[in-house]
Amino acid sequence: MAEYQNIFTSVQVVGHSYPGVPVDGGRREREGPIVHSRLLGILGDAQLGPIYLGGYGLAALICGFIAFEIIGLNMLASVHWNPVQFVRQLFWLALEPPPPSYGLHLPPLNQGGWWIMAGFFLTASLLLWWVRMYRRARALGMGTHVAWAFAAAIWLYLVLGFFRPILMGSWGEAVPFGIFPHLDWTAAFSIRYGNLFYNPFHMLSIAFLYGSTLLFAMHGATILAVSRFGGERELEQIVDRGTASERAALFWRWTMGFNATTESIHRWAWWFAVLCPLTGGIGILLTGTVVDNWYLWAVKHHVAPMYPMIFSPVVDPASLLGAKP
Amino acid sequence: MTRTIRASCLLLALATSALLSGCERPPVNSVQHGYRGLGMVEVYNPRILAAQAANNQVPEALPPANPDGPKASQVFKNVKLLGNLSVGELARNMVAITNWVSPKEGCTYCHDAQNFADESKYTKIVARRMLEMTQNINANWKPHVAATGVTCFTCHRGNPVPKNLWFKTPGPDADSRLAGNLAGQNAPAVQVALASLPNDPFTPFLSQAVEIRVVGKEALKAGNRQSIKQTEWTYGLMMHMSQALGVNCTFCHNTRSFAQWDSSTPQRAVAWYSIRMVRDVNTAFLDPLASVFPAHRLGPMGDVGKVDCATCHQGAYKPLYGANMLQGYPELAGPAAQAVATPLAAAAPDGQSDKVLVFFLVGRSDISADALRAIALAAADITAHPGQQVDLSGFADKTGNADANLELAKQRAIAVREALKVAGVSDERIHLKKPEFVVGGTEADARRVEIALAK
Repeated sequence: MAEYQNIFTSVQVVGHSYPGVPVDGGRREREGPIVHSRLLGILGDAQLGPIYLGGYGLAALICGFIAFEIIGLNMLASVHWNPVQFVRQLFWLALEPPPPSYGLHLPPLNQGGWWIMAGFFLTASLLLWWVRMYRRARALGMGTHVAWAFAAAIWLYLVLGFFRPILMGSWGEAVPFGIFPHLDWTAAFSIRYGNLFYNPFHMLSIAFLYGSTLLFAMHGATILAVSRFGGERELEQIVDRGTASERAALFWRWTMGFNATTESIHRWAWWFAVLCPLTGGIGILLTGTVVDNWYLWAVKHHVAPMYPMIFSPVVDPASLLGAKP
Repeated sequence: MTRTIRASCLLLALATSALLSGCERPPVNSVQHGYRGLGMVEVYNPRILAAQAANNQVPEALPPANPDGPKASQVFKNVKLLGNLSVGELARNMVAITNWVSPKEGCTYCHDAQNFADESKYTKIVARRMLEMTQNINANWKPHVAATGVTCFTCHRGNPVPKNLWFKTPGPDADSRLAGNLAGQNAPAVQVALASLPNDPFTPFLSQAVEIRVVGKEALKAGNRQSIKQTEWTYGLMMHMSQALGVNCTFCHNTRSFAQWDSSTPQRAVAWYSIRMVRDVNTAFLDPLASVFPAHRLGPMGDVGKVDCATCHQGAYKPLYGANMLQGYPELAGPAAQAVATPLAAAAPDGQSDKVLVFFLVGRSDISADALRAIALAAADITAHPGQQVDLSGFADKTGNADANLELAKQRAIAVREALKVAGVSDERIHLKKPEFVVGGTEADARRVEIALAK
């Protein structure tokens, strides 16, 4: 019983190195030595490599490295190249987008120019990596589901840093690169637009986020629970009676009447995961471009309920006659 | 296997302690002060409060002095502000101020020991201006300080220079390097409770009068140009206020909408006045002293130390938990308080009627814009006459359910009371008085509240 609850793989089978199936395009697509690591085997497959890098992968890594360096060196410059302060303040440091006064114009380097440059290279890196994922899936004769799921995340990233700032007419609307700074930006975004929790697309996004964790927990638990019957070998079992797969399905049919199938559960999981950034991105894109105050929007459309007053109504002192400005 | 488990246990313990190192130890007390389920809760850490209580001990007032005898201005030279006090009263005030401000340094912190009338010490010039400032706050900023008022001790607490002051900083524009512009934020700044928010919210909001409000008044886009960066500055100011008072956002704001006034707590209006009061103190009283102070007392930009919320509050929701020290020192309450004897009949706007009428819509008890204007005028009258009590009587027209009308009349009176409180009239001066005939007539005149000066 206990071994099924361990997050580590406790029994490892060591075999010969396996270079992978041959695909069109010759040998050059996979490079590097093959290594077997007991430590990696605890988490997943013990075999490391060979890896496919390719032109797109290499370009993506270079672009990502440039963006990483621009951000990191700006942070280091901001603490006057003091490595101790860099480590101490790392969570607070950031590369800020240009001030709103620059609009969509190109600002000087130290007034957000670096931010635009880092954003360009980071975006290039993500898109090149996406192409690489798509091409690898095709090379293996797979569907391109992983690439499209990744595209959903890229959509949210582009909405935050590219589409919405353009619609708002200011790069200053975009997110800073930094750990606490991007969190403070998020809170400020919600404050500025009258509480993002009243944004229905934000609600959907949260539902899909939490829904994803629920589905993941249900699916992971079910498969682990039937792994004593070989449940992780789904495809071999799918057409037979009395197998682990059938037990897994029966478990849910008995407990809630309805059950997913071995295939549909993955479709559910994929859509939940993909819809989380898709709906979130729509919510962000509408904020400030169409809706200015989500709380008032929710009041207008009877989404936000009215609660009994506890305090006597407070008047805005600025509206009182003779108030000091 | 055991080694793996031991290593992972160690890692887990390290990670947990790293995560918890920034936390306060439980238990903490939470106090609900709004409608249930809305997170209208204040969180208090009893250990922090206990440590803070020691710093908020109020010194006992000195025994009252004899008001008779010659005036201070007749006996001493150069008594510009408190000359109308008796010699004994002046001495009492000077001793109190020394205890509050320079207990170690004594009288000579401001005065020349040989000649008390001498003006050569800058501290004396500053102290006189600070006396004026205290009187100004107590007389003109009642919407914030109410009857509690402030004394020198509120900020000084035994220190010649109050502990929590701020100076202007060179700012991000002075930074002309090629890279590493933090845009005035993104550093663990104590001013904004160690957030990465803009770390000088004081210059724009507490010295200049830059617009603090960022949230739009319309659901859909309607010309509100405030940016997210601007919001971060406002957010920084709010973090400062929250930290200076030891309270959460919910002390003033509703969790659902920071902007809506109708669902805010009464404290928000008090805080609104505080921002204006601090601006007044900084620009009218402190900035002009820059030429008086010696260079070592000035900041890097050559400005004087200025006040923010922490200067008085020092972590408490009310400075000294609202203890009324001013009561023992009426001289600090300002010229207005000394004019209590003004005949009240003269206060009535037209010299005859001593009532102000506030009208309401059918079935409503909320305050209209017209009603607000009437209340603001009445409040100005009432605050100009300290000690004057006010009666509020609510009325309703006779249409509809009689019990509901009685309740409506009462709600109207309560609404006016709250509006008066917001406008600076203290609670204890307002009395709700049920009239003989609450319900009468069908005209608009019937739907009213009468604000009357109590006889």
